Amino acid sequence: MLTSIIYNVANGLMLGAFYVLMALGLSLILNLSNVINFAHGNFLALGAYLALELSKVMGFWGALLIAPLLTALIGVLVELLMRFVYRRDPVYSLLLTFGLAFVMQGAMLWWWGPSPQAMEMPDILNAPISAELFFVNWYRIFTVVVVIATVIGVFAFLRHTRVGLRIRAGTLDLDTVSALGVNVKLLRTFNFTVGCLLAGLSGVLLTGKNGISPNMGDDYLMPSFIAIIVGGAGSLTGTLFGGLLIGITAAVTGAIYAPASEVVIFVMMILVLLTRPRGLMGEEGML
Amino acid sequence: MSSVIAATASVQRSAQRRWLPVAVIWLALVTVPVWFPLLGGYNALAGSVLVFGLAAMGLNLLLGFTGVLSFGHAAYFGLGAYGAGLMLKYVAASTPLAMLAGTLFGGLAGTLFGLVIVRRRGVYFAMCTIAFGQIFYYIAYKWNDFTGGFDGLRGFHREPIGIGALTLDITDEQPFLFLSEGFRFYYFTLAMFTIAVVLMGLLVRSPFGRTLRAIRENERRARFLGIPVERHIWLSFSVSCFFTALAGTLYALLNNFADPLALHYTQSGYFVIMAVLGGMRSFWGPLLGAAVFWVLKDFLSSALPEEWMAFLGVIFVLAVLFFPRGMLGMLKRRSAE
Amino acid sequence: MSMLDVQKVTKNFGSLVAVQEVSLRVEPGELRAVIGPNGAGKTTFFNMISGFFPPSSGHIVFDGADVTALPAHKRVTIGMARTFQITEIFPDLSVHENVLSAVEVAAGRRLRLWNTKSDAARDEQTVAETLTMVGLSAKANRLVGELAHGDQRATEIAMALALRPRLLLLDEPTAGMGDQETYEITNLIRRLHRENQYTIVLIEHDMRVVFHLADRISVLDQGRLLAEGTPAEIAANEAVQAAYLGKAA
Repeated sequence: MLTSIIYNVANGLMLGAFYVLMALGLSLILNLSNVINFAHGNFLALGAYLALELSKVMGFWGALLIAPLLTALIGVLVELLMRFVYRRDPVYSLLLTFGLAFVMQGAMLWWWGPSPQAMEMPDILNAPISAELFFVNWYRIFTVVVVIATVIGVFAFLRHTRVGLRIRAGTLDLDTVSALGVNVKLLRTFNFTVGCLLAGLSGVLLTGKNGISPNMGDDYLMPSFIAIIVGGAGSLTGTLFGGLLIGITAAVTGAIYAPASEVVIFVMMILVLLTRPRGLMGEEGML
Repeated sequence: MSSVIAATASVQRSAQRRWLPVAVIWLALVTVPVWFPLLGGYNALAGSVLVFGLAAMGLNLLLGFTGVLSFGHAAYFGLGAYGAGLMLKYVAASTPLAMLAGTLFGGLAGTLFGLVIVRRRGVYFAMCTIAFGQIFYYIAYKWNDFTGGFDGLRGFHREPIGIGALTLDITDEQPFLFLSEGFRFYYFTLAMFTIAVVLMGLLVRSPFGRTLRAIRENERRARFLGIPVERHIWLSFSVSCFFTALAGTLYALLNNFADPLALHYTQSGYFVIMAVLGGMRSFWGPLLGAAVFWVLKDFLSSALPEEWMAFLGVIFVLAVLFFPRGMLGMLKRRSAE
Repeated sequence: MSMLDVQKVTKNFGSLVAVQEVSLRVEPGELRAVIGPNGAGKTTFFNMISGFFPPSSGHIVFDGADVTALPAHKRVTIGMARTFQITEIFPDLSVHENVLSAVEVAAGRRLRLWNTKSDAARDEQTVAETLTMVGLSAKANRLVGELAHGDQRATEIAMALALRPRLLLLDEPTAGMGDQETYEITNLIRRLHRENQYTIVLIEHDMRVVFHLADRISVLDQGRLLAEGTPAEIAANEAVQAAYLGKAA
């Protein structure tokens, strides 16, 4: 009985961790640039594939470090395209990222093929943490730790650095930030790449879970949306809580009645929209 | 006084100019079973264009005319399809009833959902529409016993329609004279399409349609003219969902099949690109966009069975970057100059 | 009874007090100018009167009815029409369509799905008359987005007039205009006031316009009402001079 609970909690935490990481990236991009990055799940997959290739050259730890950065670099190229549509009606930016999602998925499918691939995990991560809890290996712990560290890092960065301050201010009023002399174009690019970095990192961390396939990121796109809606648009802390909340809810529901685990987070979203439309921590007037 | 006469005269002249393209379109549509197969097309493909065109035109009431972006309209399309299919499969073998059920199902879902999100705007509104649509995708996908799961809903087919003593046989797929098979249902689809489009046209030309355009042009000014903006957006949303749901029922009848992908946000994206490609600001734009898109997709997926999605994506990107006003939008520009 | 009776309205944005206990009373047929240095709170004041946002405290009484809690679109239906500092019109529609929209909404037809011939004819008549009043008849079929600034403002005023208002609120009607356009808009407003007897409250920076048009002037400074009186009284008021000269570059 206890093992079952621990198993579910562990699952819940891990699921929540990935929902949080992905949702944060998506939220950053949404808040500053007013863009829904449909390709976010594809950046996750890209991160995983890049890690796969890099691990052949520099091993797991090297890949862990470099793959997210490489993913972020690709993000720079994508963001350059986005510059054309920032000023226009939001429909165009949505269509752009939507189309890019297709392109990225197609490209990954073409380059690496449709069958799932596996990546070599270091032995220490594969080992279970104890004989009794043999189903929880260090890899899971490691993942959650990395996510926690990253989340703390992102929040600290936003709160305590000048660039972070600019991003936060830009979320509220980009025109004023521009008028204060900040290069808004660069800021948006930087912000976008941070978002992609988080997605890429998610991808790298997920390599140990189910294998790598071109559409592995698809399962995380909708939950990211819902995390943002539930948590509140414009609030990163809200996204954080939203992600955790839906992760835990999904895992718990999965333990009780498996087929409902995907739908239950949507139900949560509807409940939030009905009772508190701006989200748990959203501010009134944000979008 | 003379200015009124001059204004009326110019309105009449432009009305005459307006009728010509409409007449051409109708002529082309009515004669499709004759010329389309000669180009390598088939009646079901033409029917699909009408169905998706109607769905995109429904969406465009909201997107192009009211200026509100929904990226989740496939939900109502799919609910229309499943509603019709489920009705035919489990309840009654009646085409009219199926169409009614599907249209109501999708339309009411949209009406209720619209109430919930109407205060949101812009990108966040779009996000909510996407997420809402996915609920139905997951339900259709998971509920294997009822909806057929990933393989879709099968085991139903369109029934002949009895009107008093007459029976309209729309199931028969045999060719007749020079008209290739499937033409009966094509004409049925065209008839339904016509009714829907006439209603839509009346709506767009009415004072209500003008207030929607006012909201699109300048929401603040609309509000300060005395228009209750949120209520009108909700109405526009609701009406557009009904039209898209109707298109969904035709989709189910056309294919004798309803699948979860019709509910997926990818399908929603297709509707949006159809509207944009054809021209958001024009009434017929989405139909044209649907024709181009559908033919293109058909061609690409058979020519490049593995890479077509990537190419489709490239087309999306190019359209957005270089072709934002769409085909009819560019034509309008030309004629205005 | 006064057309507009604003009673000690205050507006706080967090700790920033934008408007502090300002009162204003406008009689029917009066043209009141609200002036003051930049940042005095004039537009915030206007925003409260027109219902853009509610006051933090105070009341707004319109023709005897307390409208303080009434939303913006409802204020329009009871007779308040407003123009904005940055012209708010429908850029991709023609002048004719802009004004027609206003006429239809004012006639209660915003939900109508059809139009009877007589209604349509009557609307066209109203549109034509309104366009003549503001001098835009010749440009009726032009897209408003392509017109000169002065014509856009005239369109906006035409839309406001089409609403058959009892009170016209004009926020800096001559903002961004050259001498010729300012002259034309001023004459238009003057005609509306003298010939058509509209009650008008306007915010203005251009003193020539203010002194040419106003019956009475209210002066705001740093969110407070500094002075109120006839143009002659205000011109002679030392506190007003100090407020302007103190801020003058």
